[in-house]
Amino acid sequence: MGNASGGGQRDKVPPLSNLRVIYIIWYRDLLRFWRDRARLITSFAQPFLFLVIIGTGLSSGIVFLGGASDYDYIQFMYPGIIGMVVLFTSIMAGVSIVWDREFGFLKEVLVAPISRSAVAIGKALGGATIATAQGLVMLVFIPFVGVSISAAQVFLLIPLMFIFAFSLTSMGILIASRIKTMESFQVVIQLLLFPLFFLSPALFPVERLPSWLGIPVRLNPVSYGIDSLRQVVLTPSQGMPSFGITIAGHTMSIVEDVAILALFGVIMASLAVWSFRNQE
Amino acid sequence: MVWGCAVHYESGKICVLRFSRKSNNMTEIIKVEHLVKKFGALVAVDDISFEVEEGEIFGFLGPNGAGKTTTINILCTLMKPTSGRATLNGYDVIRQQNQVRHSLGLVFQDPSLDIRLTALQNLKFHAFVYNIPRTVAKKRIEDVLRMVGLWDRRKDEVCNYSGGMRRRLEIARGLLHHPRVLFLDEPTLGLDPQTRNHIWNHILELRKRQNITIFLTTHYMDEAEVADRIAIIDYGKIVALDTPEALKRRVGGDVITLKTENDGKAIEELRHHHKIEARRDSDGLFFEVANGEEFIPLLVSGLATEIHSISMRRPTLDDVFMKLTGREIREEAGGEGVMRRQWAMRQAGGRGTRFHH
Repeated sequence: MGNASGGGQRDKVPPLSNLRVIYIIWYRDLLRFWRDRARLITSFAQPFLFLVIIGTGLSSGIVFLGGASDYDYIQFMYPGIIGMVVLFTSIMAGVSIVWDREFGFLKEVLVAPISRSAVAIGKALGGATIATAQGLVMLVFIPFVGVSISAAQVFLLIPLMFIFAFSLTSMGILIASRIKTMESFQVVIQLLLFPLFFLSPALFPVERLPSWLGIPVRLNPVSYGIDSLRQVVLTPSQGMPSFGITIAGHTMSIVEDVAILALFGVIMASLAVWSFRNQE
Repeated sequence: MVWGCAVHYESGKICVLRFSRKSNNMTEIIKVEHLVKKFGALVAVDDISFEVEEGEIFGFLGPNGAGKTTTINILCTLMKPTSGRATLNGYDVIRQQNQVRHSLGLVFQDPSLDIRLTALQNLKFHAFVYNIPRTVAKKRIEDVLRMVGLWDRRKDEVCNYSGGMRRRLEIARGLLHHPRVLFLDEPTLGLDPQTRNHIWNHILELRKRQNITIFLTTHYMDEAEVADRIAIIDYGKIVALDTPEALKRRVGGDVITLKTENDGKAIEELRHHHKIEARRDSDGLFFEVANGEEFIPLLVSGLATEIHSISMRRPTLDDVFMKLTGREIREEAGGEGVMRRQWAMRQAGGRGTRFHH
């Protein structure tokens, strides 16, 4: 090596630092999100249908918790719908990887001299940021739902949604790193997304469920994300039933919910990083 | 022997003038030793070894599914070989992935742009990821965009680009970090002839300006002619590696194509009177002779079977491939075996194949 024509090992460019890799991957996701503002508008449709149609429909036929609550059903369901938006949007981070694979852009990323672990983390953070933003947008329904939320509650919701979303985007990336086509990803998502959503306290309180349903709900990490959101948004007055998840007679606090989510998030993110590194 | 080449264009045809260059002082920029890649039972790359000299255009020629893309994927660190080793710019493709990735630029067979972003944003992303300082990147981005004639369209979303524009943008992007080796995997696949020429202009222009090595795969014969050396690959094996001229000399002179009243009788006659084994294809009979101009009069006077037409041409790489493998290189001539092979490799390699645009 090394001759007049300058051959061999000339370019000793240091690889990009991992933080900057995370930043650029995150930034690209946000840039795409921002350019695709139509998605923001259409993302209203589903939660709107749930809140207005299902919420109103069910409220007209049943009396929520036999009337023993400060809140009506739509108000109860509202944090569950915010959770649903975070859940669905987070899984989209996985979709975006499969999409990048189909459109080829993933190759550009995989062949670049950057750490794949950092790429996976950047992707998870990008997806989580977008999901949090989408969740926050759901706050426009506050007047319709008729709950009162202070600025302090909103500031608490942001990190909660972010941790919730980060664990779910990591799960999406884990799945996406092993799946090559959009069709198979959709199948997996169908098999996963709806159980995760319906086996959670999004649409009904957990406390009175029979054990065949109560156990899977308590095993579902999504339950704790939704529970933490609900505990922030709804604050039942003294003597009224709380909606928190109970395990062996103990009602979960927000901190405990977050601890479970964080643990789930760390496991999912580690698996996602490992899987993303080892794909071909 | 290493060849230099100067190229000019005339009426849309690629013409190549060659002159030999002193062959000392050259280094191998790519070195491949006993490379094997298996996908289950399928051997996609079957124990190949070769070297690519710095500054040359090296062509990888073969039908679809022959193992060209798999080899490139291994050299670009996108796949791990089953066995064997390879170095690029002196770096090991398995153990020194980051250095290898810095040393190469890639234009993939399938598109690899973010079509929701603008050309400028795509290039900025690339510059950032390859750690090019911001001020340098700004200048280089303008340079490469002007080179491929997309500077005026830099703020358009790539989804509004035509196929040819996208490919030009990919070439621009592949050059942005000044790679030592540029891989072009079927760079003009699916493009119209005019756009193909345009893209080749850029590639050859570039070769003149920088001492860049170009590793090219193609199944277009006229494109392979541009290469200094060509490796012909079939079923995962390199069946020949030489300059295009030397390869064509192997065919053994001129190719004569014949249309006759009765092909079977003509073959018999040629065998008896001229000791020539003629073969049959869709165009009629064909065979090679050392000197076509002298042979044709003999043929016309000597053959009892009625001749409808005779044509003579210099051998092409198509003929070389035919001679070496007994098959035509064209995709449709691949047959079911090749199709199945390709399909199996796609499944195993997970190459995106659905959204061609």
